[in-house]
Amino acid sequence: MAIDFLYPEYEIKRDRDKCICCRVCERQCANEAHWYDPELQMMMCDSAKCVNCHRCVALCPTRALKIVKTDHTFKENANWTGEHIAEIYRQAGTGGVLLSSMGNPKKYPIYWDKMLINASQVTNPPIDPLREPMETKVFLGAKPGKVEFNSKGEIKNNLPPQLKLEVPIMFSAMSYGSISYNAHESLARAARELGTFYNTGEGGLHEDFYKYGANTIVQVASGRFGVHKDYLNAGAAIEIKMGQGAKPGIGGHLPGIKVREDISRTRMIPEGSDAISPAPHHDIYSIEDLRQLVYSLKEASDYKKPVIVKIAAVHNVAAIASGIARGGADIIAIDGYRGGTGAAPTRIRDNVGIPIELALAAVDQRLREEGIRNNVSIVVGGSIRSSADVVKAIALGADAVYIATSALMALGCHLCRSCQKGNCNWGIATQRPELVRRLNPDIGYKRLVNLVTAWNHEIKEIMGGMGINSIESLRGNRLMLRGIGLTEKELSILGIKHAGE
Amino acid sequence: MKRIYVNEKWCLGCHLCEYYCAFANSGKDSMVKALKNVTINPRIRIEEHGGISFAVSCRHCEEPICTKSCITGALTVNDGVIQIDKDKCVGCYTCILTCPYGAIVPSDTGAIQKCELCINNSSGKPACVAGCPNKAIVFEEKE
Repeated sequence: MAIDFLYPEYEIKRDRDKCICCRVCERQCANEAHWYDPELQMMMCDSAKCVNCHRCVALCPTRALKIVKTDHTFKENANWTGEHIAEIYRQAGTGGVLLSSMGNPKKYPIYWDKMLINASQVTNPPIDPLREPMETKVFLGAKPGKVEFNSKGEIKNNLPPQLKLEVPIMFSAMSYGSISYNAHESLARAARELGTFYNTGEGGLHEDFYKYGANTIVQVASGRFGVHKDYLNAGAAIEIKMGQGAKPGIGGHLPGIKVREDISRTRMIPEGSDAISPAPHHDIYSIEDLRQLVYSLKEASDYKKPVIVKIAAVHNVAAIASGIARGGADIIAIDGYRGGTGAAPTRIRDNVGIPIELALAAVDQRLREEGIRNNVSIVVGGSIRSSADVVKAIALGADAVYIATSALMALGCHLCRSCQKGNCNWGIATQRPELVRRLNPDIGYKRLVNLVTAWNHEIKEIMGGMGINSIESLRGNRLMLRGIGLTEKELSILGIKHAGE
Repeated sequence: MKRIYVNEKWCLGCHLCEYYCAFANSGKDSMVKALKNVTINPRIRIEEHGGISFAVSCRHCEEPICTKSCITGALTVNDGVIQIDKDKCVGCYTCILTCPYGAIVPSDTGAIQKCELCINNSSGKPACVAGCPNKAIVFEEKE
């Protein structure tokens, strides 16, 4: 194009005094933003190609590089922001739907940051987790409502299948295809070491990873990729994906270029064909239909595995969750609008869905009111950023949380939000072998274990401060939360008091 | 004995090991001072072809040919580490010819140079291992 209406969003700044022309930036940039000019004997760069992933910055041995947000500006105003202007130019140039990845980045309220946690003073003293036992073990699954006896008067074991988590944190669904083999191996090994679970996502389970089955949740989504009897029985639980927080009401599309030999075999689709997940499950148009799928999967797995139903947090989430609980699910997973994705239409990602905090509070409240809260466990995801978010989620009523964006960041993701391009310089959201190689699972899994272990230490510290020694006593304990800067309506949905009350 | 091993599966061909090696053996206190406007002559080198790459440096063989070939006794084995006495080296390069790995190279002063596991420089431990971003070069004890 003769005229490019857009100036690069980020600029590569090189300190020429420090640059030794080792060319590591050039060799590590899959976007080809750097090159060496032998005539000038200098490293050159094109900021227009930079996605701000920091791979070059992280590897530069002399710290000669940094990326800055450009101060070049449009004549923007409060209504026509630079973002709106740039997007119009992009669409006028291409005629296409704007694509983005990772979670909703817009300035909507983050309720985690508007809730404060309690601590004990004088009465009900705090507990020191370094000196006293502190329990963060969680069991997910339906809990029996009553004790039953057989004809001899012995207690019958009527406990439905459960997932045992050593920490109240699981890795949420990311398919093999959307992320790399090495990213999956890192997640699987970390889940095993941590005593928790990772989730295959909708792309099936690679044959190499069946050995991690005891720590795997296998997913069944609308595309049914890679679903067969052995797959269903390979994991510890089966998850039906009805929706995803980043793109509620939208299916998925893995471009054919990423469907290489391995992925084609795992997904059970021809090599090079686009993997398209329909927006709906074509066999589910009601709660009754969902119930049929739940029980089909239970039947296929001999009633030995809990079934999870995952939905995006949308307007009527409480009623939907109630239906799911009545549909026979053992666990409900709710994904908030900040949840990540490998690719979503920008407008959907940025404008559809509701905050996970409100959805969680509404669902927990509704299920309690209907007396069916113990029939299901609740798992929430969609931008859990720290151990404090975990504690607040559990106090609002969650049994455990799902993390994915945070997990990818532990593996090196710098939130450049360019996953859809398939050129991930960190070896995560790519299938190019020379890029996948950059993520060594020996390093990756250890970093995941470190992250979750650190969070678990912090969770114990925070619980200790509240005088609580078991995560069971924290769940749904909304008295431990106070709102700050929230309206009466927000407080009533969250079911918490305002700070000072 | 701990030796440097390479795993080509994880080598990215980024060449950082070469630069960390050159810096560690430069005697300078900053990489910029040591390597700015310099064509490096490292003791470890990346071999690459057709998408495969790996780093090559002295294997510190248990029965080294280089020490046997050295006409002046400049190459010796000390606690398993093959070391070069540059004062004794006359630059005949017989060791370069005999090393099956191509891990010995001429230095900028005429004597030969080779990896000595960084025991005699400012790094103190193998700088290539510490600088490898993907654990493709490791320093460990193997059978």
